[in-house]
Amino acid sequence: MIRLESISKRFESQVVLDDINATFDNGKTNLIIGLSGAGKTVLLKCIVGLLVPDSGKVLYDGRDMVTLKKKERLLLRREMGMLFQSAALFDSMSVLENVMFPLDMFSDKPFDDRLKRARFCLERVNMLDAQYKSPSELSGGMQKRAAIARAIALEPRYLFCDEPNSGLDPKTSLIIDELIHNITEEYGITTIVNTHDMNSVMGIGDNIIFLAGGRKAWEGTKDEILYSNNDVLNEFLFSSDLLRKVRDGALLKG
Amino acid sequence: MIIVDSIGTFGKYLILMRRVFARPDSWRMFFRQYLREVLQLGINSIPIVLLISFFIGAVICIQMKLNVESSWMPKFVVGYATREIMLLEFSSSIMCLILSGKVGSNITSEIGAMRVTQQIDALEIMGVNSANYLIFPKIVALVSIIPALVIFSIFAGIMGAYGICMFTGIMTPDDLTYGLQYEFSQWFIWCSIIKALFFAYIITSVASFYGYYVGGGSIEVGKASTDAVVSCSVLILFADIVLTQLLMQ
Repeated sequence: MIRLESISKRFESQVVLDDINATFDNGKTNLIIGLSGAGKTVLLKCIVGLLVPDSGKVLYDGRDMVTLKKKERLLLRREMGMLFQSAALFDSMSVLENVMFPLDMFSDKPFDDRLKRARFCLERVNMLDAQYKSPSELSGGMQKRAAIARAIALEPRYLFCDEPNSGLDPKTSLIIDELIHNITEEYGITTIVNTHDMNSVMGIGDNIIFLAGGRKAWEGTKDEILYSNNDVLNEFLFSSDLLRKVRDGALLKG
Repeated sequence: MIIVDSIGTFGKYLILMRRVFARPDSWRMFFRQYLREVLQLGINSIPIVLLISFFIGAVICIQMKLNVESSWMPKFVVGYATREIMLLEFSSSIMCLILSGKVGSNITSEIGAMRVTQQIDALEIMGVNSANYLIFPKIVALVSIIPALVIFSIFAGIMGAYGICMFTGIMTPDDLTYGLQYEFSQWFIWCSIIKALFFAYIITSVASFYGYYVGGGSIEVGKASTDAVVSCSVLILFADIVLTQLLMQ
């Protein structure tokens, strides 16, 4: 479980995050949504420790990321996996080597065991056929799947995804979403996904946090989001005709 | 303002170096990276080092012959001067200036591209000391391979001088050999290697620094590469003055 307590962050005079409190449970896919510039990426960076919040606590099962000693923070990071917006696969390595990387770096197991684990992870994301390809030979969706395989190689307790569907077609986005959701449930991981893709919100949002102007403006589930009375959230959600029709249809049915 | 900025940049460089010179997270991965860098930074630089050194050796020999020769100047001076120039300056300082262009820009663009595509962030999230993993093997690799490059450069330069003597007949190889051997001091080779060790450190650490802290996109990476080469060149020239003064006293 990850708990945020009064997280605030400002860059010079601009307040980017203001008193954010939230709880992200194990085995659930937690989404952070909001308009561009709402502070989603900054919040995710504060959670994973790439940025230090000006005040507040980021508690990983009771361990505060902000105040942990350097060595303890490094150990905590080895319990994390992250899927970046650009996949961030290492260009100089093949797909298999990318997945092997965290194992080679931190696992004491023999080579055969590491290789077996890497291949298992690739098979889990249906990428075993592309194991010897370089990242530049892969499509965007395949890169994301390979990055997920790398992220789960060390059996992380926490998985973070920054805009996992960015640049993908709707069908591939669904595959990535399902993969993240299934892996989260299967391994009981605490997953936090930063997104503004409404398909993801409606598909995998076990717990959703809506940010607006650096503040948490709403929190709920995918089943509750369509019926919210929050004007800012509704303005964000129903900015497209399609979603307005979905809402109207849902309300008529409900 | 420039002074404050320079002090700030130097401080940032020292902080980075503190992270670089840490114990590697995995020695297995360090040696893997080390071998890769030896190949990329060292072995792949041998052709250009040999080519440039060969032609510069030949040109120095021609210039010496044309400009120094007179009735009161012994013939061996051409070989002697060619040797001294190659040993004392070209094969260390000038060769490292050339390498700062080839190797320095390569390092900055590689690390810079990793920064802008979030690959360095990915390393950090995994709990890897990215500065140590990416930069330390590069420094160790170039510093350990540079003595070989210096020796190759000296050898190729002397071969160039012999080549020009044989193909153009401007002087006999025997006169050149006598000059090359005249009052030879082994210490000059050591001077050349010692200077090159410092220059190799400057090239790898400064180029890595520029790449590691690059922000933005591909344009910034290109600009950082140019800045890195300029900074490496200036620092090598300054270091050359200090080291020459210290080593040749």
